[in-house]
Amino acid sequence: MAPRKSASVSSRKSAAKPAKTDFNGGAIAEFDRETELAAYREMLLIRRFEEKAGQLYGMGFIGGFCHLYIGQEAVVVGMQMAQKEGDQVITAYRDHGHMLACGMNARGVMAELTGRRSGYSRGKGGSMHMFSKEKNFYGGHGIVGAQVSLGTGLAFANKYRGNDSVAVAYFGDGAANQGQVYESFNMAALWKLPIVYIVENNRYAMGTSTTRATAQSNYSLRGTSFGIPGMQVDGMDVRAVKAAADEALAYCRSGKGPIILEMLTYRYRGHSMSDPAKYRTKEEVQKMRSEQDPIEQVRARLIEKGWATEDDLKAIDKEVRDIVADSADFAQSDPEPDVSELYTDILL
Amino acid sequence: MPIDILMPALSPTMEEGTLSKWLKQEGDTVKSGDVIAEIETDKATMEVEAVDEGVIGKLLVPAGTENVKVNAKIAVLLQDGESASDISTAAAAPAAESAPAAPSQTEEKPASSQAPVPAEPKAPAPNDPEIPAGTEMVSMTVREALRDAMAEEMRADENVFVMGEEVAEYQGAYKITQGLLQEFGPRRVVDTPITEHGFAGVGVGAAMAGLKPIVEFMTFNFAMQAIDQIINSAAKTLYMSGGQMGAPIVFRGPNGAAARVGAQHSQDYAAWYSQIPGLKVVMPYTAADAKGLLKAAIRDPNPVIFLENEILYGHHFDVPKLDDFVLPIGKARIHRAGKDATVVSFGIGMTYAVKAVAELEAMGIDVELIDLRTIRPMDLPTVIESVKKTGRLVTVEEGYPQSSVGTEIATRVMQQAFDYLDAPILTIAGKDVPMPYAANLEKLALPNVAEVVDAVKTVCYK
Repeated sequence: MAPRKSASVSSRKSAAKPAKTDFNGGAIAEFDRETELAAYREMLLIRRFEEKAGQLYGMGFIGGFCHLYIGQEAVVVGMQMAQKEGDQVITAYRDHGHMLACGMNARGVMAELTGRRSGYSRGKGGSMHMFSKEKNFYGGHGIVGAQVSLGTGLAFANKYRGNDSVAVAYFGDGAANQGQVYESFNMAALWKLPIVYIVENNRYAMGTSTTRATAQSNYSLRGTSFGIPGMQVDGMDVRAVKAAADEALAYCRSGKGPIILEMLTYRYRGHSMSDPAKYRTKEEVQKMRSEQDPIEQVRARLIEKGWATEDDLKAIDKEVRDIVADSADFAQSDPEPDVSELYTDILL
Repeated sequence: MPIDILMPALSPTMEEGTLSKWLKQEGDTVKSGDVIAEIETDKATMEVEAVDEGVIGKLLVPAGTENVKVNAKIAVLLQDGESASDISTAAAAPAAESAPAAPSQTEEKPASSQAPVPAEPKAPAPNDPEIPAGTEMVSMTVREALRDAMAEEMRADENVFVMGEEVAEYQGAYKITQGLLQEFGPRRVVDTPITEHGFAGVGVGAAMAGLKPIVEFMTFNFAMQAIDQIINSAAKTLYMSGGQMGAPIVFRGPNGAAARVGAQHSQDYAAWYSQIPGLKVVMPYTAADAKGLLKAAIRDPNPVIFLENEILYGHHFDVPKLDDFVLPIGKARIHRAGKDATVVSFGIGMTYAVKAVAELEAMGIDVELIDLRTIRPMDLPTVIESVKKTGRLVTVEEGYPQSSVGTEIATRVMQQAFDYLDAPILTIAGKDVPMPYAANLEKLALPNVAEVVDAVKTVCYK
C-alpha cells in the first residue's frame, strides 16, 4: 500500500511564491541643482512648521495631542517628488509633514491645529484628522493601523476604475504589528492592488523600541509570506528615498501589486508634546542630529558643489520662516468655528 | 525686535511648572532646535528648545524657580544687530506676572459666559411614495427583495459593488447575492478572504475614494472585528474632515439571533449602532421595506448599517412591482392603526408584535402597531403622534434590555409626551443573558408573544 500520508502532505505543498528580491533599496537618485534646492526648501518648511507648532502648543494655542515630524522630513519629501498627479496619500496621526508635502497650505494646516474655522477641517478635526480631497490627501487617522486598510481601499478604487494611480499608505513601526496590516497585505497581494506601503521605522512606537516590540525588526520582510517585495531605505537621505520611490511606484503602476518600503528614519522629538523621551539617551538623539540630519545633508551638498551660497540658503530660510510665521499669525487670529458648526457635517 | 521666550506648556492641562535648569547663559548664541532650558512638572521633565535663532539677551527667571506660569516670559532673545539695551522695560517685568496670550484651556469660565448650545437641527423624513392605484403586488421573500435591490442599484450605478465572504462564487452564505456574480462579474461582486477588520477598512477606503461599496458581513456578530473601521473611520470622517469627504457605504448582513447558534452568533446590534452620530441604521421587517430601504441605503451618501435577519430571509411579503421602488430612510410605518395602545417594534421584533396584536384584537384591545424600520435617525414624531392618541406604549425588540432601543424610545416619549401618558411605558426585550444554546433556554431568552400581550394588557389596566 502506498504511503498515503506522505503523499498527501507533499501534494498539499503549494509552489512557494518568494518575494521578489531584486530590490535592494540602496540606490541613490541623482539630483540636479534645482532638485536639491527644492528638496531643501520642502524639508525646511516642514521642520520650521513643526518647530512653530511645538511653540504654539507650548503657548496653549494648540490643544490635545500634537505629534511632530522633526527628523523624518526626507521620507515624505522624497516620496512626494516621485509621485504623480492622482496618486493618493494616507497616513496616521504624525501627519503635518505629509500634508505640507502634498501641497496643502501652511495656513490651513496651522489653523486646524489651533482649532479655527479656516482649518482644513473647519476646526473640527485637529492635528490628527485632516484631509484634502483636492490634494488627494486622505488623512490624518488617529487609530494606529486603520489607515493601512483604508489606503488599501484607495488602491482598490484605482484598480476598480482602471486608472494608473497608486495609493501611498504610511504607517509606523508600531502600527506594523497591528493585525489589519496583514489582512490588508493579503488582499492587496491577492488582488494586485497598486499600493506602496511605507513603514516609517523611527525606532520607537511611542516609548517602546522596536527591539522590545517586534520579533522581526526588518520590516521590509513583513510582506514575505504574501509574496510582497520590500526594501530597506535610508530614510534620512532624500535621494535614497526618491530612488526607492521611483522603483516602487513604477512597480505598482505596471500592475504587479503592492510593495513595501521600510524607511529607516528617526524622530528627534518625543512621541507627542508631552513625552519626555526618557526611553532613549540624549547622546543617541544628538548623534542622529549631528551625523544624519536630512536637511543638513542636502545643505552640505549644495555648498560643497557650489550650487548655493550661504546667502542663497539664508534667503530660502527667510522665505520659509515667513510662510511659517504667516501661518502662525493666521492660525492665532482666525476665529473659532461658529457655534452652528457643532451640528454640521455629521450626515450629508 | 527682541523675541520673548515664554514658559511652555507640556500638556493642555499644565498651568505652571519649575524652571529647573538653564542650559544657555546670557550672551550665548542659540540656533533653532538648541535645548536652552529644562522645565519640570509633577509628571515629567522636558527640554525647552529654541524656536528662533539669536543671542540670549537676558534670562528673566532664575534656575530653580518654582510655580512659573505657562506663557510667562522667561528669557529674551536678541536678533542680529540688537543689544541688551533693546530689551524694553516691559519685557523685563517680573516673571511671575504671566501674560497669557493664548486662551487658557484650564480656566473655568463662568457658566453665563458660555456660548449657548445651538439647537440640534431636525429635518423631517419625507413620506413614503404613493403607490399608484392598480400597481401589481408580487409576493416575494425578503431574500429576493434584498437581491433585487442590489441588482437594480448595480445596474443603475457603475460605482456600486458588493464585497464580502462568499458573496460571489458561493452565491452568498445566505444566498442574498444569488446571481449577482453571473450578471455583474468578479470585478463588482468580490469574494474576500475571512478578514472582517481588513475588508471593512478596504470598503471604507474605496468609499472615501468615491466608490459605493456594499459590504456584506456573513453576520453582524463578525462585524465586531470591524467595528473600529465602521465607527472611527466610516461614521466620523465626514465630521473630522469638515465635510470634505465621507464614506457612502452600506454595511449589511444578518443580525440578531437565528436558531440554536449560541451566544457568539446571536446578538442584536441595533442599539449599539444607533448610538453613533454619522451612521444611519436601518432594520426592516417586510420584503417591501427591505427592498425600498436597501435601494435608499445604497444611494445614500452616508454610511448605512443595514440590519437583516436570517429567520426573516425566507418570509414572504407583497412587494409593489415598480421600476424604481425606493423608500425614505428615517420614516416609520404604521403597520396597523388602532386606538387603545401603541406598540413600537422593528425587524424580527415585529413577528412577536404582529401575533400579539392579533390576539389582543380578539380580546377587544385595538392596538396601533408602528414598525420603526429605521433606528437612526429615529422617527419619533410618528411614535409621539400615536401616543397622544392612545396614551399607552409598549416596545418590542430582541436585543439586550439595558440601553436598548426601547429604553431610548421610552426616555424620549417620557420627555416629550409625558402629559399624554396614562400608564408607565413597558419595554419588551431579550433577557439580560448571553444567548443559551439549549432549545428551551433559548426560547426563554427571547421575547415571546405572551409577554407582549401581557404588557399591552398591563398598560391598558386590563
